[in-house]
Amino acid sequence: MPRRVGMEVSLAVSEAVKTCDVDVISAYPITPQTHIVEQLSEMVAEGHLDAEFIMVESEQTAMAACCGAAAAGARTFTSTASQGLQLMSEIVFIASSLRLPIVMVLANRSLSGPLSIWGDHSDVMANRDCGWIMYFVENGQAAHDHVFISFRVAEDHKVLLPVMLNLDGFSLTHVIEPHELITREALGDFLPPYVPAVQLDPAKPVTMGPASTPGMFTEAKKAQEEALWGSRAVIDEVWKDFGKRFGRHYKAVETFQTEDAETIIVSMGGSSETAKTAVSKMRAEGQKVGLVSLRLFRPFPADDLRRVLSSAKVVAVCDRAISYGGPGGPLCSEIKSAFYGYPAVPYIANFVLGLAGRDVRVTDFEKIARRAEELAGREEPAPYEIIGLRE
Amino acid sequence: MTQSDKPKWQELEIGCLVIDPGSTRYYKTGDWASMMPVTDPERCARCGLCWVFCPDQARFRDVRSGAYDVNKFYCKGCGICARECPTKAITMQEVTD
Repeated sequence: MPRRVGMEVSLAVSEAVKTCDVDVISAYPITPQTHIVEQLSEMVAEGHLDAEFIMVESEQTAMAACCGAAAAGARTFTSTASQGLQLMSEIVFIASSLRLPIVMVLANRSLSGPLSIWGDHSDVMANRDCGWIMYFVENGQAAHDHVFISFRVAEDHKVLLPVMLNLDGFSLTHVIEPHELITREALGDFLPPYVPAVQLDPAKPVTMGPASTPGMFTEAKKAQEEALWGSRAVIDEVWKDFGKRFGRHYKAVETFQTEDAETIIVSMGGSSETAKTAVSKMRAEGQKVGLVSLRLFRPFPADDLRRVLSSAKVVAVCDRAISYGGPGGPLCSEIKSAFYGYPAVPYIANFVLGLAGRDVRVTDFEKIARRAEELAGREEPAPYEIIGLRE
Repeated sequence: MTQSDKPKWQELEIGCLVIDPGSTRYYKTGDWASMMPVTDPERCARCGLCWVFCPDQARFRDVRSGAYDVNKFYCKGCGICARECPTKAITMQEVTD
């Protein structure tokens, strides 16, 4: 069995990026992502990683440089969080429309204001329509593994899309966990060298990022949308191959004790591990509760979710972001639309919790399961509820 | 080029790349027009005011008849020529696909 190393999750991510032998890293430090890029800059400076580390003056330039590097045929990595994602946002949308296989780790952090450096999902949710593939991980090992998985999927010629790997700020980035680090030897041919489909080359000029008139734009966007949906087959295939080689199996919709569950909690990211503990405790007490942890957010696995959730009576969706003035939590509204028009719809309750790093405890998930069951018995559908709110 | 001549979404290059250098030569800005000027050569006084006012240099003088006409490749259908024409020889007509 491979050796397990105690290591901060951020550093385990940097180790994976190094093992992927990236060519260009372009990043600007921002809490809680800083340790990832700091470690990578040290690796480059000390000659452990033969890559170009571009020190930029802002996140907007970080992503612009990533686009240029990827267009020139380089394996490209960046990382940011919160305000950093918003500052680079303009180019984030361009990266996917140009079909550039950039990998970005987003250390999920709340958006200001009030100014907060702590974790929630408001940053990624504000950019959920940017056209990137989006993974969520619940522990350090999954984060480490998904760096390799992300590059493999992004660079596949059937995909060629950027990938955003979401990693909870602090509650994951800054904790020390045991990791089985994948070495270069163990990696083998899981990640072949990046071969661009088209690249910038003065000998063979092409125009990347042209302007479009109304007469062409709709077709361009349809092609982009189909590319993102089309990536799903490759995503599944890569997880399968990864499981075969490294013994760790991942799925778009991770399930725990859902087979006979009457109430299912749905969660994303690090708090899924806490929810798992809560489910085990409730099961020991004889309650038929299960957990769904959503690993793939884009392309949205609506069919998989329906398959798992439609046998439950009650579903409690946990969001770590609010869609202000909208239907509540963004994850819940997507799950509700996944059920529209289908028979056997469970009662779907929505809870917002863990905003800006507020503790999400085992007892919170126990409360959520009980409260969702209570709401299901009512005649009127209830609006979303915030867990732990003082009022 | 009408809507039906343009590529389908499946036919676009990846990332909407333009792989043919210098292709702006084939870029028909006349596509933008929703109205096109139609000139009646009988009423045209050959004064050239339409040529003077056209912001896209899309009006030209027919060498044989001396009357002015429109270059549909570049005309964006702004209608200035029709408005300025002193003999009302130019009428704007809707473009149909």
